[in-house]
Amino acid sequence: MTQETIAPPGQGLAPVLDIHNLRTELLIDGQWRAVVRNVSLTIHRNETLALVGESGSGKSMTALSVLKLLPTKISRIGAGQILFEGKDLASLSERDLRRIRGNRIAMIFQEPMTSLNPTMRVGEQISEAIRAHKNVSRADARLQAEQLLQQVGIPSARLRLEDYPHQFSGGMRQRVMIAMAIACRPALLLADEPTTALDVTIQAQVLAVLAKLKSTYGMSMVFITHNLGVVALIADRVAVMYAGEIVEIAAVGDLYSEPMHPYTAALLDAMPRVDRTEDVQPIPGSVPALTDIPSGCAYAARCPLKQPCCEKDHPELLPIDGTNQRFVRCFVRSAK
Amino acid sequence: MNTGRNPPQDQGIVVENLCKHYTIGGRWPARAKQIVHAVLDVSLVVAKGESVGLVGESGCGKSTAARAILRLIEPDSGKIFHDGVDVCALSGPGLRQYRRRAQLVFQDPYASLNPKRTIRQTLEEPLRVHGMAKPDEIAERVERALAEVGLPASSLSRYPNEFSGGQRQRIGIARALVLEPDFVVADEPVSALDVSVQAQILQLLKTLQQLRNLSFLFVSHDLGVVRNFCSRTNVMYLGRIVETGPTEQVLDAPRHPYTRLLRNSSPIPDPAQRIHLVASHQDLPSATNPPTGCAFHPRCPHAKERCRSEVPTLQAIPGDPSRAVACHFPLHG
Repeated sequence: MTQETIAPPGQGLAPVLDIHNLRTELLIDGQWRAVVRNVSLTIHRNETLALVGESGSGKSMTALSVLKLLPTKISRIGAGQILFEGKDLASLSERDLRRIRGNRIAMIFQEPMTSLNPTMRVGEQISEAIRAHKNVSRADARLQAEQLLQQVGIPSARLRLEDYPHQFSGGMRQRVMIAMAIACRPALLLADEPTTALDVTIQAQVLAVLAKLKSTYGMSMVFITHNLGVVALIADRVAVMYAGEIVEIAAVGDLYSEPMHPYTAALLDAMPRVDRTEDVQPIPGSVPALTDIPSGCAYAARCPLKQPCCEKDHPELLPIDGTNQRFVRCFVRSAK
Repeated sequence: MNTGRNPPQDQGIVVENLCKHYTIGGRWPARAKQIVHAVLDVSLVVAKGESVGLVGESGCGKSTAARAILRLIEPDSGKIFHDGVDVCALSGPGLRQYRRRAQLVFQDPYASLNPKRTIRQTLEEPLRVHGMAKPDEIAERVERALAEVGLPASSLSRYPNEFSGGQRQRIGIARALVLEPDFVVADEPVSALDVSVQAQILQLLKTLQQLRNLSFLFVSHDLGVVRNFCSRTNVMYLGRIVETGPTEQVLDAPRHPYTRLLRNSSPIPDPAQRIHLVASHQDLPSATNPPTGCAFHPRCPHAKERCRSEVPTLQAIPGDPSRAVACHFPLHG
């Protein structure tokens, strides 16, 4: 891959990943239920897009759909396109997808221990990932593996190649996962809650590794998390999900200084902050069940701004300031 | 707010020099035994009606300390006083009485409820065990506890799997409260919950605390949650308390370098306050083989020779008796 000068995350360039009206369905009690509805997203080169939401909001399902990592018997992509490097991943064969997974698009998960093979030395595992996609000798792959471990900040990398996953601490294991994910210099990294299981001081270190890789390679990243503090730390743009839909997209600064969707605002008010003492404001009610998604706005039942139309009609995700940078799915907010 | 500066010694919980170690490894051809000092010389006070935080990273001994205070784990040494009574000397009816008055709320609302018991059975059992109520009063007490945590009486005949995480945590709280304790240890009670639900549970705990004048020992790794809930905070590192004081002062003007590291690593939901991420590779040291001297010295930017050899003790900060720090060279606010 040629290394040209890295453009800042911008809107002008062609997006790395372009998701159009994605609908992912799960088979629940004999019926197909949509867990991701009408999700459209673009991720640009050298951009970190955070996908935020609570459990069950569909954020992981969106990422798993991109790589078609969902079990085929109980899940399907009901509609939509996932455009990546000129191909529609949604309609690609399993064979072609395998060439992309771990190569052009890589993914890391929350719990690194379940993603690593406990019976294989990490050096072998990383080499295997390289040799699955690149025609290199064992010795070369091993050398690359060592460099990768150095890059993610593992001390005495050459010796650690010989270690098994259980000999690493949680933070170091996640670094091994990251090393494996970036082994083939992916254009896009899907990171699903990669620091949730880590202590805060270790989390800060792992986030630093990811931020550095992004700026070194111009890698794009979809960072899935429920933690609005982490989002503020590393994201360029943020998409907030609620009940399977995107309810707001904004640049990270705008989202925090002026949250538009009432759900985004409520999430920020519910989070206890370390830097100031203030009462948290719980969000009343609960997320609608998958089997009982209302026909109107999914958030209407909990919303303080609710109007009669919110329960009747379904709001669209609409641009609000004319620059195509900010979108909100709310009748009240987009009417302003 | 009670700063707990001079807590009356006969009220609430007073812990002095608590220690607990475990032996791991050993057996089969000459595997060396290793000793983990999970809790080392921990002293803390939870005054009546006060909520006190115990924070630290995984493996620092905060849960072990909390459980030892409840005598769910037998401490090796040290003293625990509950309203002036020496808890470690209790046995028989006295211990049973302590176990009624000191309750625990667990982290995982999925693992801490028996899936084969209805909510009514779950809530009735502690009352029966402690002989707290006549049979005809039991139902009434159970219903009252459930209403207090905001669940309808219709929940009583249902099973845990019918409830969401937040609702289960409410049930766990009701189970602790049904015995009318005056001291509650909450071990990461909200860390398994989503933000919106977490806020609900925090608010509920606060209301209950005020209503019943409960003393809380709140174990958490989340400084934001602790700031929200606790008037005083103890910071633990590798088995020892390294700093203690009123929560706001500890977080806003930490005196121990570790407290500052924790505070600076905690993400703030404001991109304008992005912390500078440094790609370091410091790991938490192993508890089986802690560093000599001050356990934090390998990670400490200010470590000097003395820190490598001499263990600092927790000492009151001159001029500010509400705060104490275990550091040879404390930071200046």
